[in-house]
Amino acid sequence: MRPLTAEETKTFFEKLAKYISPENIKLLLDRPDASYCFRLHKDRVFYASEKIMLTANNFARKELVSFGTCFGKFTKTGKFRLYMTALDYLAPYAQFKVWVKPNGEQSFLYGNHVLKSHLGRITDSTSKYQGVIVMSMSDVPLGFGVSAKSTQECRRADPSSIVTFHQADVGEYLRTEETLL
Amino acid sequence: MLNISPRLEPPDLQLVHQRIKDTIAVLGNFKRLRDPERKRKDYLDLLRHDLANYYNYNDYLMQKFTDLFDIKELIEFLEANEVERPVTIRTNTLKSRRRDLAQALINRGVNLDPIGEWSKVGLIVFDSPVPIGATPEYLAGHYMLQGASSMLPVMALAAQPNEKVLDMCSAPGGKTTYIAALMKNTGMIVANDVNKERCKALTANIHRLGVVNTIVCSENGRQFPKIVGGFDRVLLDAPCSGTGVISKDASVKSNKVEKDILRCSHIQKELLLSAIDSVDARSSTGGYIVYCTCSIMVEEDEWVVDYALKRRSVKLVSTGLEFGREGFTKFKERRFHPTLKLTRRYYPHEHNMDGFFVAKFKKLSNLIPAKEGVYCRKAKAIIFTFTLY
Repeated sequence: MRPLTAEETKTFFEKLAKYISPENIKLLLDRPDASYCFRLHKDRVFYASEKIMLTANNFARKELVSFGTCFGKFTKTGKFRLYMTALDYLAPYAQFKVWVKPNGEQSFLYGNHVLKSHLGRITDSTSKYQGVIVMSMSDVPLGFGVSAKSTQECRRADPSSIVTFHQADVGEYLRTEETLL
Repeated sequence: MLNISPRLEPPDLQLVHQRIKDTIAVLGNFKRLRDPERKRKDYLDLLRHDLANYYNYNDYLMQKFTDLFDIKELIEFLEANEVERPVTIRTNTLKSRRRDLAQALINRGVNLDPIGEWSKVGLIVFDSPVPIGATPEYLAGHYMLQGASSMLPVMALAAQPNEKVLDMCSAPGGKTTYIAALMKNTGMIVANDVNKERCKALTANIHRLGVVNTIVCSENGRQFPKIVGGFDRVLLDAPCSGTGVISKDASVKSNKVEKDILRCSHIQKELLLSAIDSVDARSSTGGYIVYCTCSIMVEEDEWVVDYALKRRSVKLVSTGLEFGREGFTKFKERRFHPTLKLTRRYYPHEHNMDGFFVAKFKKLSNLIPAKEGVYCRKAKAIIFTFTLY
């Protein structure tokens, strides 16, 4: 386990900034309750309070599986891949959201893109290729993705066209449990 | 008159069933119905043999169960092992409330009810048109599929917010996430499981339920006070032979022999001592250890607890659970500490949950009492040195 290098921090925060605004990223680090930090362990980025991080340091690298919340992992090419495990932190701070109708929930949770016919609501002023959080109509976060069309374009899109590209969804807890960590 | 002489297998299970019934009838009114040639023991042996045959148990296990229960209860127990326990779920109070969750699931056509007076978070699912382990609510972490019996040890542990808790054998995380919910995601939980594969499910469940105060590691539990110690509370859900969950895994019926039970018992003793050593007796809020197994064998339950009472300065305290049968203070030739009546046993036929055992300890001192043998040797050495001078 080690702190992120300058370069890694940059890649990581740039990725986060696609979903939540930079002020909110600051809120993740300067919390009133305790000091929190990001740490890299086995290519994965974990977010935990300092106290938990220090105790986790006691375990051998091989035996430590996870601590706090896993945000995602660095790929071998140095890119950062956000996991759906970060959703609990992304959803409350998200700037842009897409709500899917109940009949589209299942389809999205199986890893499909969100279609226009399944679109319930979308945040106004969402631009094209903007990171968005996908919610159910009852405001349960289901995953996240990238908008394929801006809000304006969505209005006149044809029902079978894609409005949000799928990136991650909570269905992966069942589908890819083995490769999560 | 009942014919018990041929030890040959009747080919038909119905015949065996009939003979079981007849034998029970004879034993019920022994004086009048018995064959004067036969002793009571012959009837009992025959009954045990037939039951083992009819329900597919091995002789050793059937002997163990006959020691535990009287005949009427034994049959109830064996029958209960043939049917599945009801599906139960636990509301994740970190993300939802029971009433909201119940409403959301009812909207999906699920038929459910509160689990009982004793739990504020449990729901029992009667039938469901959708797979209950794959609804959007499940994936969003609003509930956990969890047996009724595995909520009990966590209630007994009663972890407080801001404590430091160790869950020694934690995969797949049902109990760990319940502890986190009771602690309201504060403090710290170390969730350990020796099996790396099972740790994956544990990690996934912890993240799904939004638990953020947990460290997941895959150490051997016996290493514990060496790596991290000074916990306020420790939950040890020890690996066991699984004789309480035969309805889930019927292979236990035939493949568990004495050696397996004793091996489990040995590991359990080692783990329990590690668990006790990991607790800080001077903790202002805690100092408690909860030991539980999903086995109903006395070797894995009372015996292990009694062993720990002798080896460490701990005492048994009330588990705080309202129901359940008291643990044994004596069993056949064995005599246990009288406080073992504070432990609780759960049976499939009586409580309609998996067979389970829960004991709660309070640690009194961090000092480890020396073994008597070692003490004597030291004392002898001292006397010896004195005589030299």
